[in-house]
Amino acid sequence: MKKYGIAGTALALLLALAGCGGDDEGGTDGAISGEITVLTQRTDIVNTVFQDYKKKFEAKYPGTSVKFEAITDYEGEVRIRMNTKEYGDVLLIPNSVTDDLLSTFFEPLGTVDELKDKYRFVRNEKILDGKVYGLALTGNAQGFVYNKKVWQQAGITAPPKTPAEFLAALTAIKDKTDAIPLYTNYKDGWPLSQWESFRGVVSGDPDAAIKLAKDDAPWAPGKEHHVIDSLLFDIVQQGLTEPDPTTTNWEQSKGMIGTGKVATMMLGSWSIVQMQDAATNKADIGYLPFPMQPNGKFHTVMAGDYKNAININSKNKATARAWIDWFTDESNYAVDQGGISALVSQPMPSTLADLTAANTEFIELSPPPKGEEGLADKIGNAAEIALNDGKYRQRIVDAARGGEERDQGRDLRRPQQEVVGRQIQDQVSG
Amino acid sequence: MATPTNTASRVSGLSGATPARRLGPGGRRRQGLRRRKTITPYLFLIAPVALLVVFTYVPVVNMFGYSVTSWNGLSPSKEFIGADNYIEIATRPELFGVLRVSLYYIGASVIQIVLALYFATVLSFNVRFRNFFKGIIFFPYLINGVAIAMVFLYFFEPGGTLDSTLNAIGLGDLSRQWLGDPGTINYSLAGTSLWRYLGLNFVLFLGAIQSIPAQLYEAAEIDGANRWHQFRFLILPGIRPIVGLSCILAISGSLSVFEIPYIMTGGANGSETFVTQTVFMAFKAYKVGLASAMAVVLLLIILLITWVQRRVVPDEKVNLS
Repeated sequence: MKKYGIAGTALALLLALAGCGGDDEGGTDGAISGEITVLTQRTDIVNTVFQDYKKKFEAKYPGTSVKFEAITDYEGEVRIRMNTKEYGDVLLIPNSVTDDLLSTFFEPLGTVDELKDKYRFVRNEKILDGKVYGLALTGNAQGFVYNKKVWQQAGITAPPKTPAEFLAALTAIKDKTDAIPLYTNYKDGWPLSQWESFRGVVSGDPDAAIKLAKDDAPWAPGKEHHVIDSLLFDIVQQGLTEPDPTTTNWEQSKGMIGTGKVATMMLGSWSIVQMQDAATNKADIGYLPFPMQPNGKFHTVMAGDYKNAININSKNKATARAWIDWFTDESNYAVDQGGISALVSQPMPSTLADLTAANTEFIELSPPPKGEEGLADKIGNAAEIALNDGKYRQRIVDAARGGEERDQGRDLRRPQQEVVGRQIQDQVSG
Repeated sequence: MATPTNTASRVSGLSGATPARRLGPGGRRRQGLRRRKTITPYLFLIAPVALLVVFTYVPVVNMFGYSVTSWNGLSPSKEFIGADNYIEIATRPELFGVLRVSLYYIGASVIQIVLALYFATVLSFNVRFRNFFKGIIFFPYLINGVAIAMVFLYFFEPGGTLDSTLNAIGLGDLSRQWLGDPGTINYSLAGTSLWRYLGLNFVLFLGAIQSIPAQLYEAAEIDGANRWHQFRFLILPGIRPIVGLSCILAISGSLSVFEIPYIMTGGANGSETFVTQTVFMAFKAYKVGLASAMAVVLLLIILLITWVQRRVVPDEKVNLS
């Protein structure tokens, strides 16, 4: 039989390759038991805080076991994995999944009417046909995280009310202190993508996203994207950012704002806790609203962060559901992370005290009309602007520094506007 | 690690058994042996060919499939749109505009090949610390590309290694934003690429040079040839096929530069290459169909250039002895 030895080895190797995606049977629908796999983006706390959650959950539901899979490049990796059936039992809905695809990949968790009295962020996010597909881990407000001490040294004590005031404040910081007025974190890309979350903040209009999808000229003067992108452009052009944006370092930036080497960064309110942890004095870190007062008031948009959902192919949906409910209702994750809890009954976190003090109005964006779920993002992708990807705003920074777009005319926004306008017409007519 | 050992023991087992059987008189046995002899090589081939098919050819065929759809990478339906993606590529000059960035890398690979040739020639003679230098030149090629990109980010940052070195030797005026300045970013990245791949060319050349019979050098020296003559008339013609191969690899590599700009700058600030742009299309703008078509186009361009190069510099057998 020796002659089959090699063939056998080869065959075994092939079989081993083919058998890579083995099935593991969990509990059945109905009974909360068996093993579930939970995908998470929190690589930093999966072995500490999350182990604690696991213990508490398993104690509450004996016979269950929770396995975590922490993924560094969450967005990129999970989307590709979703082409198979094996993408965990509980996972965070990747931002790139447009709402019209929700029912293809996830199990509905209930209708909007059932859940809206108990949970925030279920009226307008990750819903399709009135059904909710994900519950937010935590929620964020939008604004600028800043070092109060540096701003005071420059003589600014009240939040700027207009983009011009904001620019003047940054200029004062540049003149009177050694700090970098605003740090873009350009190199990592995603921190620049955060600027897109000012959608709705600038106009104070809850319908901003819906209107954006219908707008033929979203970069026309006065429109939200014009205000946001002009502010970024002007800040960079006036030299109020780090000298070499291509070598920024996210981890270092936390310490830099904490110690006053950087004065301001544009990030969601989730960042406040991380910046405070890196600061010499926690009280130095504050939060500013976007410098715009539509209707005479600052506005900020409350939006859910990543949302837990159940894989439609999960073999253990009952336990998966139990985990999501427990995580949202009992884990206290949102409060611990300084975010807005998904539970309506929980009060606003102390991290947002600065916004409240500035008399900021908290709004939630309205749900899109039926059939237009995710339309604005689809148009962006079709136009290859990918508003939620940092690259688009990297190009604005490049242009402001006299880089990439230098040869192609002054106004970076105009050609994009034409492309978007064309795409919208295609989308609406076709 | 277990598999090669197993295979080795099986191989020796087989060859050990063969002579014993060869002594046997029966014709049938001999026939069986012949059949076994013809089958054995193919059995060895099953594993590598299967790996090649599964991980190279099947994905390539799939890629051709995707390139005629408008798939977004996730949606279960893949709408067939025929040649639309290819038409789009052909009618959007900005998609090819980024190929201009490849010129920097082609320039760098010319320097790279010349340097590699120089070092390989020098180190093929008896030089002091020759193995040490060989090690130093080859070492960068062994380092993971991601690690190299990270190291060079620190190297190029303002006040980083490069600036400090320039200051130390009194050339501080030269320092600038190596990556932040759109005028220098591609030189910096191409330089990184040169540093990394020099070792590979070097080792290829060194191996080829050492296969030239030693008595030829002796004969040349007796005839009064100096080192330059030896290089010009002995080494260079002797390793011409390898130089030709290196050029082809350098050109196709320059057209498909990916990891260094992708990790170091993400294609920002004018360092975008054709492949980073393709990745953007597939995974940021979610146009997998269009990105597949771009990949197909790149493949065709590289095949075409290789073919042209082959025609211009035919692969001739070298016979020195």
